[in-house]
Amino acid sequence: MFKLISQRVALGLLTLLLASALIFLGVEALPGDLASKLLANNATPENLAALRLELGLDRPMLVRYWEWLSHMLQGDFGASLSNKRAIIGDLGPRALNTFFLAGYAAVIAVPLAVALGIIAAIRQGGIFDRLVNVVTLFSISVPEFFIGYVLVMLLAVKIRLFPVLSNVTPDTDFMQRLYLTFLPMATMVMVVVAHMMRMTRASVLAVMASPYIEMAILKGLPKWRIVVQHALPNALAPILNVVALNLAYLIVGVVVVEVVFVYPGMGQWIVDSVSKKDLPVVQACGMIFAAVFITLNILADVLAIISNPRLRHPR
Amino acid sequence: MRLFGHKLTASAQIGLVIIAINVVAAILAPIIAPYPEADIVGTAWGPPSAEHWFGLDNLGRDVFSRILYGARMTIGLGLLITLLAFVLGTIGGFAAAVLGRWVDTVLSRLADLMLSMPTLIFALVVLSVMGTDIPVLIITVGLLYSVPVFRLARAVAMNIAVLEYVEAAKLRGEGLWWIIRREILPNALPPLVAEFGLRFCFTFLFIAALSFLGLGIQPPQADWGSMVKETGQMIALRPIALYPAGAIALLTIGVNLVVDWLLAIHSRGHGEEV
Repeated sequence: MFKLISQRVALGLLTLLLASALIFLGVEALPGDLASKLLANNATPENLAALRLELGLDRPMLVRYWEWLSHMLQGDFGASLSNKRAIIGDLGPRALNTFFLAGYAAVIAVPLAVALGIIAAIRQGGIFDRLVNVVTLFSISVPEFFIGYVLVMLLAVKIRLFPVLSNVTPDTDFMQRLYLTFLPMATMVMVVVAHMMRMTRASVLAVMASPYIEMAILKGLPKWRIVVQHALPNALAPILNVVALNLAYLIVGVVVVEVVFVYPGMGQWIVDSVSKKDLPVVQACGMIFAAVFITLNILADVLAIISNPRLRHPR
Repeated sequence: MRLFGHKLTASAQIGLVIIAINVVAAILAPIIAPYPEADIVGTAWGPPSAEHWFGLDNLGRDVFSRILYGARMTIGLGLLITLLAFVLGTIGGFAAAVLGRWVDTVLSRLADLMLSMPTLIFALVVLSVMGTDIPVLIITVGLLYSVPVFRLARAVAMNIAVLEYVEAAKLRGEGLWWIIRREILPNALPPLVAEFGLRFCFTFLFIAALSFLGLGIQPPQADWGSMVKETGQMIALRPIALYPAGAIALLTIGVNLVVDWLLAIHSRGHGEEV
């Protein structure tokens, strides 16, 4: 098992390295170079050369890649092109905001999805079960921003329960933060919950078809006990896997939701920076999003290995 | 009603009607739209009225007309990108399955790498460098979405490539292109058609998301995603953003209903439980 897990983790780190190379080289592939792009119309040969020197563009690409990567590992993401400030200063609070929102959504969505999935499995074929199917179709069809705006219409405009925008500042206290980010959280929960619920239901039902469950039924155990004590432990592996994959999806879905609610997180920042062509910021945020996404994917695989005896003891 | 020799279920019929309405709106937009897409025909944020069914947007353009024109952009672009993804993905997938060895290894590892990156973030990095022109958009998203198509096409073709008739064709000395076209493609078609529908949904949801972020189709061209962006901030005043967002949702549901039916008849054809 240990060998399998360390192989998976090593592969994940390699992926991360390749991802960083892709993000860095993407910018290098720019027609012309960064300096001429930045100066655009007021480029003279002199100030072009000066800017190239300032940005270090006169040195070979590999050297610059290594510098970018090693500095990043020490927490130095360079300076923003638009306001010349060090990226790390703005990145900290924004990343915290993003992880807060994603974590908030995960804490609500995961137990909710697992519980509802189990209920749907117990009541297979019932009204609740069929309702789950319809809701799932709806939630995979509808773009995040539609759910977001419908929630705003209902809960912020018609009934003034929550604010339309989620203006949090670094001094906003915890309870206030939970309240201000309720609508974006609810949007993300609605996006991910259906898929997780359906997979939970499918995993439980798959186990329910096995002989030892039939045995338990014949012994006359109540249905909820069969599901919770006999089926669930064996269905846990695929459920954990789906949960980790959905969390990875959540961390990327947060980009659109942040823009809907004008929430000062990393997602909004990367979008702003793309339109401003502030490439160092795009690279920094992109790298963090990719790192979290890849880590959660590795976690999904590791959990699958740990919880599956057949993978735990490979031949 | 029957299609492909199978009876249409009620939900599949609803899906087909939704798709038909969207396609008609897209094709006939210049004829049925009451106003041109980019013309300012009244005051900004004008309320819905007999002349302007859905009201006027942030600049005073007719929202109903823009939704009709937006259908052209959204559906046309979605189809074009999906086609590109399918051409690249199926050729790659079939080639990997038939040729095997290093072609398969290289393409598969490349696909693994692409799949391990978040699609949206990858697209954002590319767009920040290349700008947000429509050709860039088509190529970027087409390439990104050719990866899952590649995986499916490879898996499907793998199952077919080991069958005797493919072996026979190889021994006869037929070329790669001939084997793909005559032996593999006809037998791999049903799952690929279902995947096409699904992939089309993902594509235009993705384009809509990019446009919504201001990085997809640029104004004044009408597109559902950018319409949501333009009118979303004033949702407290007028719920106009819900119309284009709802149009996206409706079309996706329609396509999904038909895809579900296609998948069901396909698996029934193979004797599996539906």
